[in-house]
Amino acid sequence: MARTQVAPAAVAETAAGARAPRSRRRLRKAVELTALIGPAVVLFGGFVIVPMIFAAWYSLYNWSGFGPLSDFIGGQNYTGVLTGPVFREALEHNVIIAALSVLLQLPVSIGLALLLNRRVRGRTFLRLAVFAPFVLSEATTAVMWYELLQPGGPVDAVLKGIGLGGLVHYWLASTSLVLYTVFVVATWKYIGFGIVLLLAGLQGIPPELREAAAIDGATPWQATRAITLPLLAPTIRIWIFLSVIGSLQLFDLVWIMTLGGPANASTTMLTYQYVNGVQRTQFGYGATVSVVLFVISLVFALAYQRYALRRDTAGALTRAVM
Amino acid sequence: MRGSRRPVIVAVAVATAIAIAACSSSSSNSSSASGTSSSSSSSSVKVTLTWWNNGNTQPLLGVWQSVAAAFHATHPNVTITVVPIQSDLFTTKMPIALKSDNPPDIFQQWGGGQEVTQFSSGKLANLSSLSSNWISELGPAAAGWQVNGAQYGIPYDQHVVGFWYRTDLFAKAGITTPPTTIAQLESDDAKLKAAGFTPIALGGGSRWPDAFFWEYFAVRLCSESVLQSSIKAVNMTAPCFSQATTDLTAFMGTNPFQGGFNATQAQTGAGSSAGLLANGKAAMELQGDWETSVVPALTSNTGILNDLGWFPFPQVPGGAGNPTAVLSGGDGFSCTTGASEPACDEFLQYIDSTAVQEELVSKAGVGLPANSAAEAVLTNPALQAAAKAHAGAAYDAEYFDIAFPTVAGQALDTALANFFAGKGSNSTIINSVSSSSGH
Repeated sequence: MARTQVAPAAVAETAAGARAPRSRRRLRKAVELTALIGPAVVLFGGFVIVPMIFAAWYSLYNWSGFGPLSDFIGGQNYTGVLTGPVFREALEHNVIIAALSVLLQLPVSIGLALLLNRRVRGRTFLRLAVFAPFVLSEATTAVMWYELLQPGGPVDAVLKGIGLGGLVHYWLASTSLVLYTVFVVATWKYIGFGIVLLLAGLQGIPPELREAAAIDGATPWQATRAITLPLLAPTIRIWIFLSVIGSLQLFDLVWIMTLGGPANASTTMLTYQYVNGVQRTQFGYGATVSVVLFVISLVFALAYQRYALRRDTAGALTRAVM
Repeated sequence: MRGSRRPVIVAVAVATAIAIAACSSSSSNSSSASGTSSSSSSSSVKVTLTWWNNGNTQPLLGVWQSVAAAFHATHPNVTITVVPIQSDLFTTKMPIALKSDNPPDIFQQWGGGQEVTQFSSGKLANLSSLSSNWISELGPAAAGWQVNGAQYGIPYDQHVVGFWYRTDLFAKAGITTPPTTIAQLESDDAKLKAAGFTPIALGGGSRWPDAFFWEYFAVRLCSESVLQSSIKAVNMTAPCFSQATTDLTAFMGTNPFQGGFNATQAQTGAGSSAGLLANGKAAMELQGDWETSVVPALTSNTGILNDLGWFPFPQVPGGAGNPTAVLSGGDGFSCTTGASEPACDEFLQYIDSTAVQEELVSKAGVGLPANSAAEAVLTNPALQAAAKAHAGAAYDAEYFDIAFPTVAGQALDTALANFFAGKGSNSTIINSVSSSSGH
């Protein structure tokens, strides 16, 4: 569920021109910075910051999308969103998905990554197989699983075939199950991404450490627990960050498989925004949902950066930029 | 939005309104021809009309292109730029386009309360006087595209909702004539179940086909005047609407639908409600006449259309509505105020000419033509039955989600879908249109 950029890219201080006079050096630095950062700033400003400001502005109006913004209603949209039972349900669903991702997806990803990091027969094929779903678009994944999960469809047939017919349910039609069905599909799609990320992290751990531990008599489990996992922690922390932000922004899978239904049982904040903002042409209200979602994501991102990612990003930003 | 069809689900990434505006503003702005041209557009001023329609898949895609080319051949000074757009995207694109300085000259228009919502942009052209010499060909159908009695849109086809059924499955279940009352429908359901078929397929997952059931109960139970005044006032507190919920609840209690209907989509794949009908898993579906263009694509049975029959929604005992009334709608187009006239009006007139209407029916399968002169080319018996019921209806009730202003119509669809999924009550349905409590 990676749709967000992570930390701001590190900008290396230029070392060139150390001998030039100070004023020329400064000018050159300014030109370089403008040339390198300028386009990114223009794009970021034009397509991220400005639309956000517009959204915040629209959110104060009752606006159907037609005509001028004339019906100023202050915080009324915000009251509507924050006290609305359906929005709270949607937020709850996002939180459940995020929590399940961390509690279930993460251990499975780590386990599979550790397994695939060993020299097993057909390792390349297995890595490919695990990563393949991530390459599919969300729309393709959703349509495919929608068909597989039909009542009496392939999933049910497989369950019956292996003698687990008692487990057959209305996967997408049951209001108590549908959210978890969506979570399983999301896991199927995104677990490969987590595994590849963790594999990359594992590659960075020098094998000598484990070898030394083995010589000292550590069991493989002890070595994993005391050496591999702590050294993998930065990757795990990044994965959690991406996963939670992705969970908060879950839309495509849900929209195509269930439209957020039945009876809002799989609504997420974004499907709520689409239904109430776009489909009902209440663009002011829709903008409000966007702002609320943005604030929630931002608060999480900042808090997470501050408390969990601090040691990982320390030193990534040079003093000159900070 | 009931487009003529809804062939695919589209994954609409939630782009910001700004992103959408950026995309939609790329259409032409060359429609600034003189407004002084005479009533025939044979003047030499070259004009271009940008035309947003929902014919994004064949065969309609090809038919619209040939219609535009044919019009250009007879009106060399008028060039039509065809822009096909998937139905559901009009919801997002039109508000932005109508707010911009260069909306399309002609765009897909479903009429009703949605047209009234768009009318408030001030960008819809009043076609009343221009079309006055030919609109009568369309009969009462054109009224659904009026705002305050003026013609701000013009239909090119009409739709009527009714039961499509498999004649072969009915025969297997021992049903000789289609039901005419709800009680008969329920007893036929039981016969079909006994024969091993799902009586009625319902695409509840798409969140609009289920609304047809409640709306039809309301159409049967409410008198014409109550129905009209309630729609106009966006208020459903009249007792007949609550009675519709009661009757629907009783009907749903007989379990007429397939299992898991809450997640079944209407038109996508063999597992959709139309697919269940197409593949003989279910015997009936309450749908619009676009069914005949949806069903063949969902089955390998090439003769499927010969197995389909049509009957109107059954009578409801004690109902104040005329039993012949139909739930209906249609597709049409509006011109915007920037469009060259009379070119735009002439183009819409051309689309409603018998020749083009016949092409739309026979080649594009649009359902029922707006101009009834073209009905002669309807060959499918089920479609003919639907056309006959429509022609003989005492009055039309437009699908409620289109008849109401957009926000109320969408809220009603949501409330009804929730009700079908076992959440909510009569009061949430009734109140959905008059408050924004649907949030």
